[in-house]
Amino acid sequence: MAAKPRIATVSLAGCFGCHMSLLDLDERILKLAELVEFDRSPINDYKDFRARCAVGVVEGGCCTEENVHVLERFRKQCDLLVSIGECAISGGIPAMRNNIPLRECLEEAYLKSPGVYNPGGVIPNDPEIPLLLHRLYPCHEVVKIDLFIPGCPPPADAIWDALVSLLAGRPAAPAYDRLKYD
Amino acid sequence: MKTVTFTIDGKIVRADKGQTILKAAEAAGIYIPRLCACKDLVPHGSCRVCSVRVNGRIQASCVQTAAEGAIVESETDELREYRRNIIDMLFVEGNHFCMFCEKSGFCELQALAYRFGITAPKYRLLYPKRDIDLSHPEVYLDHNRCILCGRCVRASQDLDRKNVFQFVERGCRKRLQVNGEALSDTDLRAADQAVSACPVGALMRKRVGYAVPVGRRPYDEVPIGRDIEKKGEE
Amino acid sequence: MKRALAKITGEICKKFGNDPTRMMDIAMAVQERFGCVSPEAMDEIARAVNSHRVEVESLVTFYGFLSVKPQGKVVIRLCRDIIDWMKGYESVADAMSRELGVSMGETTPDGAITLTHAPCIGMSDQAPAALVNEVVVTHLTPERGRQLVRDLRRHLDPQQLVTMVGDGNNDHPLVRSMVRNNIRMRGPVHFADFEPGSGLRRALTLKPMDVIREIKESRLRGRGGAGFPAGLKWEMAANAPGGKRYVICNADEGEPGTFKDRVLLTECTGQLLEGMAIAGYAVGSDTGIIYLRGEYRYLLPYLESVIEERLRRGFLGRDILGKKGFRFDVRVQMGAGAYICGEETALISSCEGLPGVPKNRPPFPPQQGYLGCPTIVNNVETLCCVSRILLEGAAWFASMGSPRTTGTKVLSICGDCRKPGVYEVPFGISARELIEMSEAENTGTMLIGGPCRQMIGSERFGGRICYDDLATGGAILIFNRARNKLEIAEHYLDFFIEESCGHCTPCRVGLILLKKAVHKVIEGAGEPSDLAEMRDLSNFIIRMSRCGLGQAAPNPVLGALEIFGDLSAGFVAERKPGLLPEFDLSKAVIDAEMRVGRQSKIV
Repeated sequence: MAAKPRIATVSLAGCFGCHMSLLDLDERILKLAELVEFDRSPINDYKDFRARCAVGVVEGGCCTEENVHVLERFRKQCDLLVSIGECAISGGIPAMRNNIPLRECLEEAYLKSPGVYNPGGVIPNDPEIPLLLHRLYPCHEVVKIDLFIPGCPPPADAIWDALVSLLAGRPAAPAYDRLKYD
Repeated sequence: MKTVTFTIDGKIVRADKGQTILKAAEAAGIYIPRLCACKDLVPHGSCRVCSVRVNGRIQASCVQTAAEGAIVESETDELREYRRNIIDMLFVEGNHFCMFCEKSGFCELQALAYRFGITAPKYRLLYPKRDIDLSHPEVYLDHNRCILCGRCVRASQDLDRKNVFQFVERGCRKRLQVNGEALSDTDLRAADQAVSACPVGALMRKRVGYAVPVGRRPYDEVPIGRDIEKKGEE
Repeated sequence: MKRALAKITGEICKKFGNDPTRMMDIAMAVQERFGCVSPEAMDEIARAVNSHRVEVESLVTFYGFLSVKPQGKVVIRLCRDIIDWMKGYESVADAMSRELGVSMGETTPDGAITLTHAPCIGMSDQAPAALVNEVVVTHLTPERGRQLVRDLRRHLDPQQLVTMVGDGNNDHPLVRSMVRNNIRMRGPVHFADFEPGSGLRRALTLKPMDVIREIKESRLRGRGGAGFPAGLKWEMAANAPGGKRYVICNADEGEPGTFKDRVLLTECTGQLLEGMAIAGYAVGSDTGIIYLRGEYRYLLPYLESVIEERLRRGFLGRDILGKKGFRFDVRVQMGAGAYICGEETALISSCEGLPGVPKNRPPFPPQQGYLGCPTIVNNVETLCCVSRILLEGAAWFASMGSPRTTGTKVLSICGDCRKPGVYEVPFGISARELIEMSEAENTGTMLIGGPCRQMIGSERFGGRICYDDLATGGAILIFNRARNKLEIAEHYLDFFIEESCGHCTPCRVGLILLKKAVHKVIEGAGEPSDLAEMRDLSNFIIRMSRCGLGQAAPNPVLGALEIFGDLSAGFVAERKPGLLPEFDLSKAVIDAEMRVGRQSKIV
């Protein structure tokens, strides 16, 4: 028996909602586990790749340099890359800052916004904190993406359909009632 | 009344003389996708989604009248791709955050994108900086979602007999403007046809959003245009 | 102050009969008086003409020369066309900007001088050029730019900048302009002597339908570029149901690199007005309108004086040349800086006091045009041809040129050549002959008909100027081999993006996306598939746009791609998996690096 295809998942500038939707597959998650071997993923908490993967699933867009770094690594380690959810595809909520200068965003978040308690007026700047990009980039503006599963989050059925057809080597267009942007 | 006979994708269609191709098609149960065209409003010819080939030339079917013997092509690969391009362009031109928009499920732009099976925009998102006008007690105007179809402009002038909206500037700076400094300066009312004419979530009544649960909204299960196509199947 | 504004604005509106269709004139007059059309003024205008403020705002914000915000007493508009770039726009702009202490688009703190730019102002043979209010200054250099600013600061009187006047009627007391005609070749239609009234006198001996027949037999086609048969257009208008009819002269030549109508307006004014009267007689119209582009405002007093003179001599007005019942009057409608108004239905919109948005067709203007009446819109040169055809006969005219394109063509040649200027040549002349005539060397590319037509490489220099081969409304732009064709294409995309009316999606959004695609390739981030995508997007915009602007705007891109050929190797390449070449992480983090004072560890 040939080795099972490996799959990796990650959440960049997202809310993990897409991963929740993945878990929403319910009992089919067991079936999925039969079909594939999970590599790097928050589901098993592997922090890095163990082997080259057939499929990488990316939730969220790129809002920091670290997001870019991880996405580049996914692109290099995976044969096919899937953008899942609105944030990865069009930026989503994190992209609402895209027409506001970075300085204004930081000042609003750390200094001006109601409820902020920051007597020192400090904007966090630990060397461990990755630098923010000047705007959020959808994943396909950073690396090539092979398949998109829209939705906020995509319905579990949409994820299931897409992954199963992709693994079978014949990616199909989503059914009408499973294609959603909300 | 005189009638003319022509074909759309090989199907014979009869139209009243002077009727537009779009309307004649609709009466014959053929759906031609459209955005700026709207029942009871003078056609605008701006979105170009309803473009068809008439005797080989691409024309907007909402403004083009049906001519005797015309050969109209609508559902071709080329036109499907071009219509999809326009839908994509309208998405990337504005800021369309479907996930929190009250119009989601009712939105004609979104519904068209679903009908065309669009999973991701083909073009780079432009993320323009646009304003929201919350000044009016009953209605708000979110320019992020405006697709410049002019439906509110025409509805306000021709149906409401007011003149609340007009376009200002030109080219990529073109935007909707209200008759005054802000929406609250105008005589717009929530019940005006201008408000309900908006195909997207740009012009919205306040405090009535999210009333219909997901799954039961007009375009959740049924593609836009299906009602027209059903007439053709009967 | 506010009451004064209300009073004066009210008077201006009254002067134009409180007529909303004269909103262009009203807005321009208000701006001339107050330096802008402020929201208060818009309210007043709306009240006076019984319209709505937002309609006035729609008009004012559409046109480049109208402004809602206050501008300087003197507005310097530096021409930013590509020819001006090639001749030193940037260094002139920089010098003037430094001398004034403001950036492009700004006004000096004392409110005296605004520095901004304009698309082609019709002076490409004497570039770099600028409009200072309505006064044209040409052949600018950084030093002259600085001097100009210093002089203006002293007297704030643009007319005083004119120290040397040009040739021909540029020397006329009502013109007094430093503009030069640069007529390099005089042909028999436009630049031979023309006895005022001679063409009209002949026309009035014929029945109107015979005048139309004469024009049809001459096979005269529209000189604006589209080449529609003039006689056919007239016939449609003459036969269209309706009482009042209009003759409109399209003097809105805005195609970058075109300036031949400017010379015809200066030197053949009588011949033009005569052509309009003949057209009026032929189609049964008593009213003519010359739509003069805002950039040529300096010619207005002269044009009006020629109209006056022809009224006095009986060539215009009542019972023209004694013909009982034939009346024809002409007024000049000023434009206000919008390229799209060269499109005939947009031009009609503008004449009606609306933003220059093209109309849906059908109906076509000869059926229903200005104010819903049958209207013919003809180019300046076309109408000049009409007078000569009536004088010399259709056969004489048709004997010139090529079989399907009769007569001569007035060309404006500019760019990388030693003799830019105006040439009246027989149709059928080859592109190569134009290169030789204008003494161009090392020519790599030509734009025949300006950016809205076609870009050709050397393999097509044998092509001929006529409607069946290399069609042109008059612009011939010459570029030497050192010029980057894609950069030329990108420059003109910027122009079309700026000038699009924004009504239809393919043009409004498509052009921006096309520009991004072209830019990506110029930056060296392109892949082979990008070239195909550029082509697809261009074809989409051409086929799906509503009017001629969008249907033409991608032409330079398609031309560049065609000539591009083997050059493409240096620009596009397949990429390895990883970050996309157009994604630049170092640029994306630069804001954050500046903000927090540390460098990215992964760039």
